[in-house]
Amino acid sequence: MSDTLATLVRMANQIAANLQHEADPVAATAEHIELFWDPRMRKMIRHHGTEGLSDTAAAAVQQLAASQSAQ
Amino acid sequence: MTFQPQSDFGTPASTSEAQVSLTIDGRTVTVPEGTSVMRAAAEQGTAIPKLCATDSLESFGSCRLCLVEIDGRRGTPASCTTPVEPGMVVHTQTPRLAKLRKGVMELYISDHPLDCLTCGANGDCELQDQAGAVGLRDVRYAVEADHLNQPKDHSNPYFDFDPSKCIACSRCIRACDEVQGTLALTMEGRGWDSKISAGLGSDDFMGSECVSCGACVQACPTATLIEKKVVEIGTPERSVVTTCAYCGVGCTFRAEMRGEQVVRMVPNKDGKANRGHSCVKGRFAWGYAQHQERILKPMIRGDINEPWREVEWEEAFAYTAAELKRISESYGKHALGGITSSRCTNEETYLVQKLVRAGFGNNNVDTCARVCHSPTGYGLKTTFGTSAGTQDFDSVEECDVILIIGANPTDGHPVFASRMKKRLREGAKLIVVDPRRIDMVRTAHIEADHHLPLRPGTNVAVLTAMAHVIVTEGLADEAFIRERCDWDEYQHWAEFVSDARNAPETLEPVTMVPAGELRAAARLFATQPNGAIYYGLGVTEHSQGSSTVMAIANLAMVTGNIGRRGVGVNPLRGQNNVQGACDMGSFPHELPGYRHISDGETRKLFEADWGLALDPEPGLRIPNMLDAAVDGVFKALYVQGEDILQSDPNTKHVSAGLAAMECVIVHDLFLNETANYAHIFLPGSTFLEKNGTFTNAERRIQPVRKVMTPMNGLEDWEVTQKLAQAMGLDWRYDHPSEIMDEIARLTPSFAGVSFDRLDEEGSLQWPVNEANPDGSPIMHVDGFVRGKGKFVVTDYVPTDEKTGPRFPLLLTTGRILSQYNVGAQTRRTENVVWHPEDLLEVHPADAEDRGIKTGDWVKLSSRSGETTLRVTVTDRVAPGVVYTTFHHPATQANVVTTDFSDWATNCPEYKVTAVQISASNGPTDWQEDYQELSEASRRIAATIEAAE
Ligand code: SF4
Ligand code: SF4
Ligand code: SF4
Ligand code: FES
Repeated sequence: MSDTLATLVRMANQIAANLQHEADPVAATAEHIELFWDPRMRKMIRHHGTEGLSDTAAAAVQQLAASQSAQ
Repeated sequence: MTFQPQSDFGTPASTSEAQVSLTIDGRTVTVPEGTSVMRAAAEQGTAIPKLCATDSLESFGSCRLCLVEIDGRRGTPASCTTPVEPGMVVHTQTPRLAKLRKGVMELYISDHPLDCLTCGANGDCELQDQAGAVGLRDVRYAVEADHLNQPKDHSNPYFDFDPSKCIACSRCIRACDEVQGTLALTMEGRGWDSKISAGLGSDDFMGSECVSCGACVQACPTATLIEKKVVEIGTPERSVVTTCAYCGVGCTFRAEMRGEQVVRMVPNKDGKANRGHSCVKGRFAWGYAQHQERILKPMIRGDINEPWREVEWEEAFAYTAAELKRISESYGKHALGGITSSRCTNEETYLVQKLVRAGFGNNNVDTCARVCHSPTGYGLKTTFGTSAGTQDFDSVEECDVILIIGANPTDGHPVFASRMKKRLREGAKLIVVDPRRIDMVRTAHIEADHHLPLRPGTNVAVLTAMAHVIVTEGLADEAFIRERCDWDEYQHWAEFVSDARNAPETLEPVTMVPAGELRAAARLFATQPNGAIYYGLGVTEHSQGSSTVMAIANLAMVTGNIGRRGVGVNPLRGQNNVQGACDMGSFPHELPGYRHISDGETRKLFEADWGLALDPEPGLRIPNMLDAAVDGVFKALYVQGEDILQSDPNTKHVSAGLAAMECVIVHDLFLNETANYAHIFLPGSTFLEKNGTFTNAERRIQPVRKVMTPMNGLEDWEVTQKLAQAMGLDWRYDHPSEIMDEIARLTPSFAGVSFDRLDEEGSLQWPVNEANPDGSPIMHVDGFVRGKGKFVVTDYVPTDEKTGPRFPLLLTTGRILSQYNVGAQTRRTENVVWHPEDLLEVHPADAEDRGIKTGDWVKLSSRSGETTLRVTVTDRVAPGVVYTTFHHPATQANVVTTDFSDWATNCPEYKVTAVQISASNGPTDWQEDYQELSEASRRIAATIEAAE
């Protein structure tokens, strides 16, 4: 895993951990990434798969990937 | 403007609403109840002679020069200590008064050297003025030679103390006590033998508690305490009001000038942030503006290993534009980005983000607020609806309990600290949450009621535990919550905080804060009528920085402490224009006024005004830019007024990112550390050389006014404009006021702001709009900006940065009073006498374990890197915690800090790094290599040729 990707995985996990008390933590995590990450970072995490991601973060990334392919 | 000293009404203004009418010298005057006769007279234009009174201090009544006669009263009362009464008839000038005053004056002058013509204060001395005012023409007593040959104290680098000129009026002592709150001065002896002394009789100013704020110098009516610059240059001949360029307090000053030379900076009595006070930085540390190391010509080089080549501005702009164009064409437009500065004006910052969005064609713009207060923006916007503090500074005068968390106001925000200390001396309670025993915990006449010395990184746990106590002990302000907040969200939150796992007892092993003390602090905060929270970077610079800001907001809402004076959530901003830089759209996801870039309506507004289409996607934050650079996809960076190599975490990563870029443009005053990796250097201008505005921590927009011609030829906004023009943008601003007009046109919270209005009002606190035409000192008065206040569950998530056998200590960082940020300015002033190097504070137990003593060199190492610095052993820090500042490039404290950052904003986790320390005998390899690189990188071709 490149350093940048490792950073993105860590960031996604941190976001998910801090949003775990939201009504829908997966959607909240996906929305946060959508609002604050630039397109290249989002693309990198979408293409990365789920390795190293917490369950919530992984589900959020999958949700991002799904909404991307739906567009 | 010709020179006029600031008016002095003799005694402070009364705040009473009740009015009293009286007659002074046959004229009727109406003033607030509690006003002194002296002030009432001054308000109607009658200057009663005075020496011991000045309107920044409570009246004292010692000189007896201000006597008046009042019908129906016996004797001649002192007008400074006599309050007005309805129907009073006062005479300020009668033969009897004239005689008495002359007598008093004669005594003063008999004990004063008569070297007026060569005295530094000639023409600016109240004793001289008053001798004239009372008509003193001869002195019958012999001069007491004893008093006239006392040695002068030159120890302070900025002012002299000449005791032989002292008239023992005690204004200096009272200024130090009442205004500054340091209590450094005392009066020794009695009568004619009275003598002012800094600390013990044997101390000089440098050796005393004095923090060099200058309040005593300003208060002194004679040349006893006088600025060295006045002695050297002479008295000023004109003055211009402007705003300090150092910290987020935003003190305004009168720059008192002779020609284009600053003689002194005098705090502006009408300044609504500072109310006539200042600190050592703003008042004295402006000499960097003329420092010989300032770069005044643009420079370019093809490679960072080459020496710099000086060029004309025109060549610099053409070359820069060509480089940016080349990179955009070969790597795509997303390979470009910019960094705005929290030290530059709103107008300059606005132009840099506009250049990135409109000229580079992307949103890769960020600001150094990323590394300080970005979590404030996120946290307060989420909970309250605006990314800003809720109060003005005056609000502190009505606090009953003050909670300071992660801030060190006496060092970081000294003028506001003085105002806070004044309120604490009046009896307000104080809670300090900080791993270090900051000065506020115990200082002259102040002792915190509770100090919670938490383990670094556990802010959220401590705040949640406080909330637990408040909710479970029935101390929540339910009426406020029901009216102002979302009740369902509150219940969800209350259930969370009430859980036994958030009890102070359960969390004590994590936070290291004794549960009983935490409970007592929470009760105190919840039960006082007005509770206010003040916080700083010790809150934001953590992996849960944004959560901590939201936990603070929760605490304010649950206790009903929002929406009136004396309460609120108050971020203390680091740099002078952090608030402004954030307001001006410096973040990669937001246009000016905190509107998300994906918001089509807002984008349309800007697109129509700027005449081009904007990228709807968020851009890169600083750390992401550096990652992308290392990955080879980010190639060009324009950095205005920042030194990311020294100020950002994990120096090695920053340098790797910069080294991977093809075009680094540094726009600054000096060849800073980032410039070691730069290809283009555009010389910047100081705050004394430009027009614009800064916005302080109270959302107060204040004018910055040009007092001298820019030595580099251009104001910073002109540099950005010319660069934009070279890139083909049709920008035509003739003056920064036109930039502010554009900001006002496009940003609803600035709708009513213009340079003309700022000239009229002195300052304005945003929002300034139709609903609040005169600005908004207090926010969320009748309701939150977002509608209902939002309680957010903030669960404690420990940082990934963990101590262990290799790195058993926690390093936390901060700053000190005399230095500012990376020190680029303050290190180039006499302020270095107070802080010649960064020191590492180590607790005695940790020092003993390692056989380390004060003054020893140690190696400080973390997972990121290592550096060396000297140690000071102190119990200010808790066992297991070490602390240092980051003002000196030689130390490079950020070599040690890590990439870990706030979950929501990527604000770096400066305040928690696992480290080890060990004895050392010299600099590390990194320090030596870096020193070599810096020296090589600062070569300028012309100098080399000249030397050969
Ligand atoms: S400079 Fe400030 S701290 Fe020092 S003695 Fe004067 S008033 Fe006190
Ligand atoms: S030093 Fe100045 S202010 Fe202080 S007592 Fe002497 S004359 Fe007054
Ligand atoms: S540095 Fe801050 S406190 Fe000091 S004078 Fe400037 S604005 Fe005021
Ligand atoms: S000015 Fe009133 S007693 Fe000195």
